[in-house]
Amino acid sequence: MAAPGNHESAGGGMDLLRFAAVGSVDDGKSTLIGRLLYDTRQLFEDQVAAVEEASARRGVGEVDLSFITDGLRAEREQGITIDVAYRYAATPRRKFVIADCPGHVQYTRNMATGASTADLALVVVDVVNGLREQTRRHACIAALLGVSQFVVCANKMDLVDWDESAYRAITVEVEALARTLGVTSWHVIPVSALHGDYVVEPSAAAPWYDGPTVLEALEEAPTGAWASGHGTDLGGGARLPVQWVLRRPGGGRSYAGMVNGGALRAGEEVVVLPEGWRTTVTGIETYDGPLDVAPVGISVSVDLADDLDVSRGDLLAAAADPPEVVKELVATVCWFADRPLRSGDRLRVKHTTRTTPARVAAVTGRLDVNRLEVEAAGELANNDIGVIELTTAVPLAVDPYRDDRITGSFVLVDEGTNATVAAGMVGEPHFAAGTGRRTPVAQPA
Amino acid sequence: MTEETHAARGTPQERTQAAAAPPQSPTPGRVDHLALLESHAIFVLREVAAEAERPVLLFSGGKDSAVLLHLAVKAFRPGGLPFPIMHVDTGHNFPEVIKFRDERVSRLEERLIVASVQESIDRGRVPDPGPSASRNRLQTTTLLDAIAEHSFDACFGGARRDEDKARAKERVLSFRDTFGQWDPKRQRPELWHLYQGRVQPGEHVRAFPLSDWTELDIWQYIAREGIALPDIYYAHRRPVVERGGMLLAVCDWISPGPGETAREETVRFRTVGDATCTGAVRSTARTVAEIIDEVAATRVSERGATRADDKFSETAMEDRKREGYF
Ligand SMILES: Nc1nc2c(ncn2[C@@H]2O[C@H](COP(=O)(O)OP(=O)(O)O)[C@@H](O)[C@H]2O)c(=O)[nH]1
Repeated sequence: MAAPGNHESAGGGMDLLRFAAVGSVDDGKSTLIGRLLYDTRQLFEDQVAAVEEASARRGVGEVDLSFITDGLRAEREQGITIDVAYRYAATPRRKFVIADCPGHVQYTRNMATGASTADLALVVVDVVNGLREQTRRHACIAALLGVSQFVVCANKMDLVDWDESAYRAITVEVEALARTLGVTSWHVIPVSALHGDYVVEPSAAAPWYDGPTVLEALEEAPTGAWASGHGTDLGGGARLPVQWVLRRPGGGRSYAGMVNGGALRAGEEVVVLPEGWRTTVTGIETYDGPLDVAPVGISVSVDLADDLDVSRGDLLAAAADPPEVVKELVATVCWFADRPLRSGDRLRVKHTTRTTPARVAAVTGRLDVNRLEVEAAGELANNDIGVIELTTAVPLAVDPYRDDRITGSFVLVDEGTNATVAAGMVGEPHFAAGTGRRTPVAQPA
Repeated sequence: MTEETHAARGTPQERTQAAAAPPQSPTPGRVDHLALLESHAIFVLREVAAEAERPVLLFSGGKDSAVLLHLAVKAFRPGGLPFPIMHVDTGHNFPEVIKFRDERVSRLEERLIVASVQESIDRGRVPDPGPSASRNRLQTTTLLDAIAEHSFDACFGGARRDEDKARAKERVLSFRDTFGQWDPKRQRPELWHLYQGRVQPGEHVRAFPLSDWTELDIWQYIAREGIALPDIYYAHRRPVVERGGMLLAVCDWISPGPGETAREETVRFRTVGDATCTGAVRSTARTVAEIIDEVAATRVSERGATRADDKFSETAMEDRKREGYF
């Protein structure tokens, strides 16, 4: 088979696309990813041999590519996927980080883990069954987490003899869903993961189809949409959550962190939040030398004109476009603990590089992921997505999640067990972020 | 049970010397995959160092460790590293690796802790498996004892998710209970860049800044940055013996058994570990550039080719990780 290229671009210089693969159990997600890796020749001979051996031992006829992505013993025993598995593929142009997400509702926390850093969602749908509730739920969570590009595989086309009307039916469903979720870009691709048609290799099976293969769609998708343009610059004001204070040999301090939101420029006026001090960036340092402009996604350290008491947890932001400083905020949360989340609960909130105690002032609603409506609710159960009002002990510098996946996100931590019990997004549920414009942070009424 | 070497802090000027290919500088103004991987690793190093009370960097002397240490230097210079470097020494090391470790650490003027498997054996913490048996699994006890002795609450490691199917599922920050165990069914959700590593006394986290790097990314980065490595990564001639489908270096612990013969071959190593279970590959790649070509064309995985310890069962790595292995 003609590999479209594997790792041959030895000199580096590839860009990076992170995507989450989702779908209902048995729709063929594992087979599809296995196919993608196999046909782009990412798999080593011993891995293929191990899969062949495992397939034979478990009495599966031909090689079952889905075994490639089967990870943990517990998963193999139960025949299901519990946790996100990360897979890597590369073509000469692009490195892919694939977050292979679990299907079951009780593992929503793991699906959210995989989707939180994704630029794109690869959604696998069985053409025979159409879009199932679990797939809708996954698409909804991905969109809620800000994923605005979908590549949908209408899988198992071989089972319907490549019938165009089956494909069209899926397309209609996907289009309706994409519109309600605010997904801005989507492809629906007819494939057979089992036989490989239109995954990496083009095929003659669907003469009526003239769109891209799955790999082509993945290679052409814009990268860096996650974290408001990792590796790109959406043109918003820069943010740099301070991680660490570096002391210079001759005295003086430099503030280390990763740039997000927009590029940071030497000479730029910034504000230190939550304090509100204005100062100027006199230099941007890296181990390899100074930068005039630090692009989004790059770790640097920043020298400031004034001798201020800046420490870890503070945020440096473009003075012209700062985030808001709040102690009370409305947020959308995914709840991951067995006990319910109720108003009055005390938790720790970890936001950028700052951790502070917080209290849930109110649980106001629960998202119905089928109707995409928020209904009134007083508490949230495990795997529920809901809306809360949060009061923090110290002020946080936040952007709405729809504008910035870094300064707009937080996790809630149980003060007793240290477990991560919720993922939080600043603002009401908003589907598919990425307007690039900044909107005001909603305050509790 | 651990031996420490203290030294003054490093200077901002020190740079590693290119072992082979000259460093290629990234295209200015373009953020490519290596720049993003580097930046993310530096981010993780800074986050964990800031939040942990007693972090440590685990260093095996292998290529991933060398890259991790290089990234740590980039994250914290002009300051010193805010954590010591710890080597879990099986006593079955390639001498080239120990030489490299000592040179590297002293050049950086950082602090090295050596936790010794031999001492664990001598003190009866683990049974002596015999002179030529693999000590890989024994490292777990030595590692966990050293973590307890120093009250480490965060250990940086150079593991990558492309190495193994259990690793593929592990978080960047991986929680370990008071027995050092990994519970794959109860991993903490890990969203965005919010690495939550808070632990109770006796628990710790493993932090893997290289999680998203592949073997090829590692080599491309070594080329770009001119990172020095132990000589055994580059092709050389040495006596080897073929055993269980692997080429083992003839050394103090490995000699030809009945029906085996030692042969001199041109080989290199893709990983470094316990010499009794780390296989060499036939290769003529003498420079980083040649290795990159070879890795790009290779059809056998790094662990499959060279680690006898992962061959026993489909879940070998998962089982060891559950017990507290790296
Ligand atoms: N006929 C056919 N069967 C497929 C196709 N893709 C997957 N399957 C089968 O569907 C079943 C479920 O696939 P799997 O990849 O394990 O699904 P997952 O649960 O979504 O990961 C397996 O028996 C696969 O062999 C396809 O394109 N055509």
